[in-house]
Amino acid sequence: MKINCRQASRLISQGLDQPLNQWQYVRLRVHLWMCGNCRQFSHQLQLLQQAARKAGRGE
Amino acid sequence: MIAHADLEAELPYLQRYALAQLRDRDAANDIVQETVLAALESGDSFSGKSSLRTWLTSILRFKLIDRLRRKGKEVLFESLEDETDDSDFDGLFSKDGHWQDKIKAWSGPEESLMSRQFWEVFERCSEVMPRRTAMAFVMREVMGLEIAEICNNLDVTATNCSVLLYRARMSLRECFEIRWTGEAKA
Repeated sequence: MKINCRQASRLISQGLDQPLNQWQYVRLRVHLWMCGNCRQFSHQLQLLQQAARKAGRGE
Repeated sequence: MIAHADLEAELPYLQRYALAQLRDRDAANDIVQETVLAALESGDSFSGKSSLRTWLTSILRFKLIDRLRRKGKEVLFESLEDETDDSDFDGLFSKDGHWQDKIKAWSGPEESLMSRQFWEVFERCSEVMPRRTAMAFVMREVMGLEIAEICNNLDVTATNCSVLLYRARMSLRECFEIRWTGEAKA
């Protein structure tokens, strides 16, 4: 069963906090292969995470 | 001994850090004062191995989390239901769950630029974020705590914790997007 962008966006966020289970992981991967918007979204959340971490370390 | 001038130079940073979590200038100033006093009292334990900022931040973090444990739960919160409902983002998606608009690449935002602007964007953006949502984000991304600890500090389930973080990220992403592209989305 495939997931839509909204579901993918939740998994992308969740994956920044804890390992996804296999079901989630595979479906997200497949979705990301197909979906440029979600790849972009995922990249932006990672940038946001890195920026926050750096700010938190006072860099 | 820590030079007072060095300490003083770190105050703005500590205030921002505390304000991100507390969102109340007086409370933030109080806790920064406590932090500085604690630092002066235990100055000998500052080995100079880490930077002064890192050391001060670790004291501040401890105080922030301690404060939350002691009084957070009573002062904090709007209803959890409101905060764990993600229908605010309905407008971003079509009925079948696709992005309504194309997600554009951010031109420009090098990571270093983003981290320099982080506090400023966060401060503005978090004003409209429910409290617990903003706090979950600060604990996770600024302090780097693990989910279990955040759930425990905020007294919410792991599932709700994930939703809070999702909401915070969605909001912040939009705030940065507005910043980078200079155009607001409806």
